[in-house]
Amino acid sequence: MRIHPHITQRLAVIAMWTLTAITLGVLLFIIAYILAHGLPHVTWRFLTESPESMGREGGVLPMIVGTLWVAGLAVVIAAPVGVATAIYLTEYTREGRLTWIIRFGADCLAGIPSIIFGLFGFVFFVITLGMGLSILSGALTLALMVLPTIIRTSEEAIRAVPQAYRDVSYGLGSTRWQMVTQVVLKSALPGIGTGVVLAIGRSISETAAVMLTAGSALGLPRSIFDSSRTMALHFYILSREGISMTNAYAMASVLILAILAINLAAYWLMRRFVAKVA
Amino acid sequence: MRGETVIRWVLRVTALSALSGLALITAFIFKEGVPVIAKIGLVDFIFSGDWYPMEGQFGIFPMIVGSLAVTGGAMVIGVVFGLGCAVLLTQFSSPRVISIVKPSIELLAGIPSVVFGFIGVVILVPFIRDTLGGPGLSVLAASIVLGVMVLPTVTSISVDALQAVPRSYREGSIALGATEWQTTHRVILKAARSGIVAAVILGMGRAVGETMAVIMVAGNTLDVPHSLLDPVRTLTSNIALEMGYAAGEHRQALFATGVVLFVIIMVLNTIALTVSRRRARREQAR
Repeated sequence: MRIHPHITQRLAVIAMWTLTAITLGVLLFIIAYILAHGLPHVTWRFLTESPESMGREGGVLPMIVGTLWVAGLAVVIAAPVGVATAIYLTEYTREGRLTWIIRFGADCLAGIPSIIFGLFGFVFFVITLGMGLSILSGALTLALMVLPTIIRTSEEAIRAVPQAYRDVSYGLGSTRWQMVTQVVLKSALPGIGTGVVLAIGRSISETAAVMLTAGSALGLPRSIFDSSRTMALHFYILSREGISMTNAYAMASVLILAILAINLAAYWLMRRFVAKVA
Repeated sequence: MRGETVIRWVLRVTALSALSGLALITAFIFKEGVPVIAKIGLVDFIFSGDWYPMEGQFGIFPMIVGSLAVTGGAMVIGVVFGLGCAVLLTQFSSPRVISIVKPSIELLAGIPSVVFGFIGVVILVPFIRDTLGGPGLSVLAASIVLGVMVLPTVTSISVDALQAVPRSYREGSIALGATEWQTTHRVILKAARSGIVAAVILGMGRAVGETMAVIMVAGNTLDVPHSLLDPVRTLTSNIALEMGYAAGEHRQALFATGVVLFVIIMVLNTIALTVSRRRARREQAR
């Protein structure tokens, strides 16, 4: 017996809705579970004190500071390089072998696992360049890791700027560089911002690469040459070594809240960009 | 005009930095890892199951099997769910649904891997232990956790591929009297095939490369797994677990593990990039 096509369609749509609902359910469950167990323990003291006895007691201030340093520095390094690459690819050259090879390099870099970045950062920045396990080594490693994200989103943002803007700018007598900086970049800024914000999110979430490059020192870092443990790594160590489940949940809650805020910011920037260019 | 020339050159050199980064990574990973492989012999390194760093015996066969096993499992989940979401989003839903589901899946991609691993340990592992038996820390647990983690990759790249199918295909098929579902699986999915293949392969790359979540739920034993419920160690976990205290030849052997992982990833990347580039070229020709 042949099933009527409309019934097949009904079944297919129900199946896809089920899959999507389960996916969203998993997401909601993860967030709710972590926040329900951890949020009650996220106190002012937890956020502003240093850990005691390996994190069993006390707070996580050094990890917050360390994470801000590592992620912030990584993006400060990667953003100018990424945006410059995107400008070159879109405004300063024609499609050819060179653009192909640059994109190929960025795409390959995007696919490399974080543990490989960690190994590289360890042997190159930590040992060969003598930076030691430090915020600087971690940030440089992460900068390389988030570079493809920034290149890709900046390129898309710049391409979305209407050609008419460029024509008008040239018509008014500006040079290419004036046109790029004063017209194109200005319009593309929220779109580029989305990429930068997502790169910050990726840097905060990263664990394997920073474990091998920034180390796991518990103290408050005083300079970028100090080793520092990031929030994600602290959470991993707390839960894996069974040091304190309470503090692990609290640390995870802070991480999840940070990621939520970052994604909201990226979403908001993207909407502004779409409104601006369209 | 001289200013413009200088700017062009500065931009060109900067644009090469991603490529130089890739070259540096390749060079240093190989420089550290290849000597050990050369000493042991590639075949012995890959096909021997003896990993005794103290005795200078390094064979990564169980880890290769482990990586393949958890990746295979993860892809089953990631592809079924990821494609399901992508097709629903592109073919069967209103802008309102898209505006909720799409950011949610992006959010799922942003959640740190350690959090996935942690949820795996506190929820999934005890569940598997109690209902299916075994230690709980297993190929199955790692596959499920990884499946959820690669789902956003598969979804977002498939969405791009499905959206790139010209509207006229859909309209033509509907005009011939096909239902929307017939149109989707006989016309749209076929037209978007190469993009979906790229999505699956890139998802595979993510699954092979994921480290922290796998360490937390896979159990990390050094044996070749015989069932889905056996614990397992992957290439990535092997590196992350032992890097902290390894020195000398042991450390080099971990870099050699990295070389094998790197080669697997580059092969997957290259396949995915060629497949999607071929698609781009076909689209240009249209």
